[in-house]
Order: sequence, then structure tokens, then C-alpha cells
Amino acid sequence: MFGMWLHLSIFGITLVLLLVPDTTAHLHRAEYDYYKYHPMEEIVSWMSAMVNDYPDVVTMMDYGRTVENRTISLLKVGVQTPGKKKKAVWMDCGIHAREWIAPAFCQYFVSQILQSYKSDSLMKQMMENMDFYVTPVFNVDGYVYSWKDNTTRLWRKNRSPGPAGCSCYGTDLNRNFDANWGTIGVSSDCCSNIYCGSAPMSEPETQFLTYFVGSRKEDFLCYLTIHSYGQLLLVPYGHPNFTASNYNELMEVGLGAAQAVEKVHGMKYRVGSSPDILYPNSGSSRDWAHLQGIPLSYTFELRDNGTFGFKLPEDQIQASCEEAYSGALHIITYAHHKTFSCAVSTTASTCTMITLMLMLGL
Amino acid sequence: MATGDLNPNHYPAQRAAKVVQHYLNTRHGSPFRLFGLHSVENGSAENVNDTGRKYQLGLTVHEIISNTTLNCTAEVIFPDGAEQQPPVVQVSCEDLSKSNATAEEEAFYQQYKSNQSLVSAQNLPDSYGHIDPDKKPFWHLGIVASSFVMLNESNENTLYNMAQVANITQLATENEQLKFDSHILLHDMVSQEILHWKLLFTWSPAEGVEVQDMEQLRRCNH
Repeated sequence: MFGMWLHLSIFGITLVLLLVPDTTAHLHRAEYDYYKYHPMEEIVSWMSAMVNDYPDVVTMMDYGRTVENRTISLLKVGVQTPGKKKKAVWMDCGIHAREWIAPAFCQYFVSQILQSYKSDSLMKQMMENMDFYVTPVFNVDGYVYSWKDNTTRLWRKNRSPGPAGCSCYGTDLNRNFDANWGTIGVSSDCCSNIYCGSAPMSEPETQFLTYFVGSRKEDFLCYLTIHSYGQLLLVPYGHPNFTASNYNELMEVGLGAAQAVEKVHGMKYRVGSSPDILYPNSGSSRDWAHLQGIPLSYTFELRDNGTFGFKLPEDQIQASCEEAYSGALHIITYAHHKTFSCAVSTTASTCTMITLMLMLGL
Repeated sequence: MATGDLNPNHYPAQRAAKVVQHYLNTRHGSPFRLFGLHSVENGSAENVNDTGRKYQLGLTVHEIISNTTLNCTAEVIFPDGAEQQPPVVQVSCEDLSKSNATAEEEAFYQQYKSNQSLVSAQNLPDSYGHIDPDKKPFWHLGIVASSFVMLNESNENTLYNMAQVANITQLATENEQLKFDSHILLHDMVSQEILHWKLLFTWSPAEGVEVQDMEQLRRCNH
């Protein structure tokens, strides 16, 4: 309701704003260097700037608090369509603190879709039919900690104090979701980097994501969680005894995404379930999302293959982001086209929702 | 564990191939020559009675500095037993000599042999993935030296990469070999742990890297 009101009430001055050339937004885009790693404060400022620069398509939502009481925020990007029910795409980056290329990618992704939707009719359609929920840094405490000094750069987990009797900090948030929790690929040793926590969803971060996505789960067409390193596209499930109901579809779309990635800079990404191509695991956000019924759920493991590992040089950020964007877009476009039947034309076109339920306005 | 023909994209062949990378670096790595696993083309595995698990692999490796790719075939045997023992590797690559860096190695060796001022470097790469160009050969040496550890410590349940050279300090040249003391961080993908090792090693163009002492540092987590 709030969004609608703003739209109508400033309609008169919208024209004026449009006449001011995109310099404000453009200037801001030129100032922010997407090809450098940014500390949390700069990412938070950037998020506010995106809302400021694109008020008609970007809103920020605070959806949780970390262990150390920092805010977990996302940018919701989409063309406002009052009265029309939209579907959604979820993207989170930085579940693991040391994987700095992931938050860099989330920021790049947002800037790309904002740049392209005005001129690219497909992206415009997608922004009209779907909202993109992008969390640039999910594990805020861990990310902040990894920026502290040389000795903390390779931190992975969140910053929960250990349980009684254990002096180590941190739970692996990507083992803490309620998806075959604690069964395989985890450790009950609180000092381990794959410590799954004292219980499923024991961590506030996990709880807040679970609540936010869970309460909107029918809206989400795809769930992408971004990590590094390894150049992989992982499909559910992490447990070797469970196969996703739409495994064939996940593989076909995933292989298509990997092809799209390779076309950009020649980098090969392997595609498969985690137990097949990497290692078995449980409690991952990807598995949880799929169990919620979100059909296209993937883990992206970005560059590289181990030469630099978590410390990917800044001069590779651009190329990594470009290829990952191509891969993500492949999955998102597939999800969109599967749900919306779009009349193909070079001018404005409309997409009608395929499913009966949505045509009934439910 | 998987036996017979292996899917080259699946982890058993990939882990065995990573071992081949470590082996190549111990034998042929230098400040100007470094190998990375590029792809696994095919593989098979079998149980060998009273010995262990034997992998046969067709793979390509990437010589990182000259940016060349080589086809290789390799055999990796992971020994049976409860205690960790180093895998046994045999590998043959076409055109291994193509990526020779003799001139650069000799120049580097002469530059640092004289002990005029012993070099020392920390945090390679830094948090941003950056390494000063004149420090890069020391990062390469760190990878080569740590490949000895990674090779020794590898089994079917590990996948090692070097995460960082925390510190590398040149010591006085000994028997015509450059000598270094180093503190290196390894990453094991499977456990996701960071392992700290101290390595004392020597290098010359003629002898390559030889490790004199290696010791794992037990760290308390913070």
C-alpha cells in the first residue's frame, strides 16, 4: 500500500525527476567500484544509495538480526505493479564470511539488472513479473570479522559463542538449516568449520531467513545461494540418499547455465549434486529451500579452482561476476518463462501467468 | 568407494587428480613454474589386494605462469591402513619441457644467492588477493613447498589447496641452495579446515625444491 501511495502522490513530479538525466544514478554507479572488495559499512551505504537512486524499483528490507545484533538486509528489486501478484527470485551471498567474491557478485547482479531493464525488454518483463530479493551479505558478523586483520580473513562461520564447555566460536550457517540437519557432512565439535550448531535453526541468522522466505515460499521460483570457491553449480540434495523430485530438470537447466558461464570467459563449471561432485552435506540453505517447494534451488561456487581460493584477486572480480551473471540469468530466465507465457515481440509485450491459480488472482 | 569407470566430474576422480597436481609441483615446480589441475577427462578405480585403491586418470594440467595446458595420464595409489600414508603417484605429461623457465630461474637464483640482504615476505596473497610482482616467485615457492605436505597428507577424503603464505623468510644460502623458513596455510575443501604448517626448505634451479623439515602447527581457534 505504501508503495502505491508514493507512486500516485509523486506522479506529478515524477516527470520532473525523469527530466533530470540519470546523472544522479549514473554518477553514483560511476563512483562505486564493483570490481573492488568493500567492507560492510560501504556495502550498507551502497544499499541505501541504490534505494535513493532507483526509488521506483528498489526497496531495502531489514529482515533479521545477527548474533552480534547487526541488521540483515536485502534489496528488493522489481517494477512496482500495484494490484498484480508477482513471483520472486531469491539470491543470498556471503553465508560464509571468507568467500568475498560472493557479496561482490550480489552487488554486481543488482547493478546489472538495474542497468539493463530499461533497454532490455526481456529483463523489463522479468522485473514486471518478478521481484528479485538480493541479500548482499547474509553472515554479517562473520564478514565483518573477516575484515578485522590478516589472521581473521579466512573465517567461515557466524560469531555465536560456543556452547558451554567449548571455547571456540561460530556455527556453520550452511549446515544449520532444517534440512536433514546434522545427518552427514557435519561435525558436532564446536571448533570445527562445519559445526552444524546445537540444533536445526539454532542460529538467529538461520531463523530470520527461514521466516522471511518461508512465509513467502509460494512466491519464489528460484533460490540461488552464492559461495566460493570451486567453479561448481550444485543441485539438491546434499544427502546421498535423497534425490530431488525434479533432478532431471535441475541438471538440464544447470548444465545450460554452465554453458552460458563458459561462453563468457571460457571457465568450466561442473554441475551436479553435492554428494556427487563435491561432498555429502546436510542442513544447507539450498536443500531447505527445495524442501519448501522452491523448484529451482542452486548453490553457485564461484572462481577459482584453488590457485587463489578464497583470496580471489580483485582483478578477477569483473570476469567472475560477468560469467556468474550469465549463469544466474539462464536459470532465472528459465524459471520465468516456465511460469509466464510471454508473447514474443520486439516492442512492449505482456506476459500472462500460466498457472490457473494466479489467473484467478489468488 | 567408487570402483570401475569413474565419472570424471565426480569427486573421487577429482580428488585423485588433485594429488597428481601436488606431485607435479613437487617434481617440477619452481619460482617460475607452477601446475594447476585443469580438467579430468576420464578415470577408473580399483581395489588392489593388500595395497590400497588404485586410480588411473586421463587429465589436463595448466602450467599457470606460461598459461599452457598439457595432457597427462597418471596412476595414483592410496595405501590401505588406518594411519595416513602418502599416495604413490606416477604421471606422464606430453611436452612437460615446453614450459621451461630456465632463464628466469637462473636470474632469480643469482639475485638471491649472495645473501646481501635476506628477503622476507608476509601475507601472500593479501586479503584482496594481491601479491607484489617482485614477491610472486616466493608465493610460487610457497605453493611448491606446500605441495610436499599436501601430497603427504592426501587421501580419498581430502582435497587440498594452499590458502596463503603467512610468512616466508630467506635464511643463509646452504650448499648452493637458497634456503627458506615458512609458515603456510592450507585449505582442505572436504573438512573446510585451515591447517597451519611450518616448512623449512631449499631450492636451486638444479635441485628444485627439497623440504628439510615440516611440522603442523596446532592452533587454538578464535
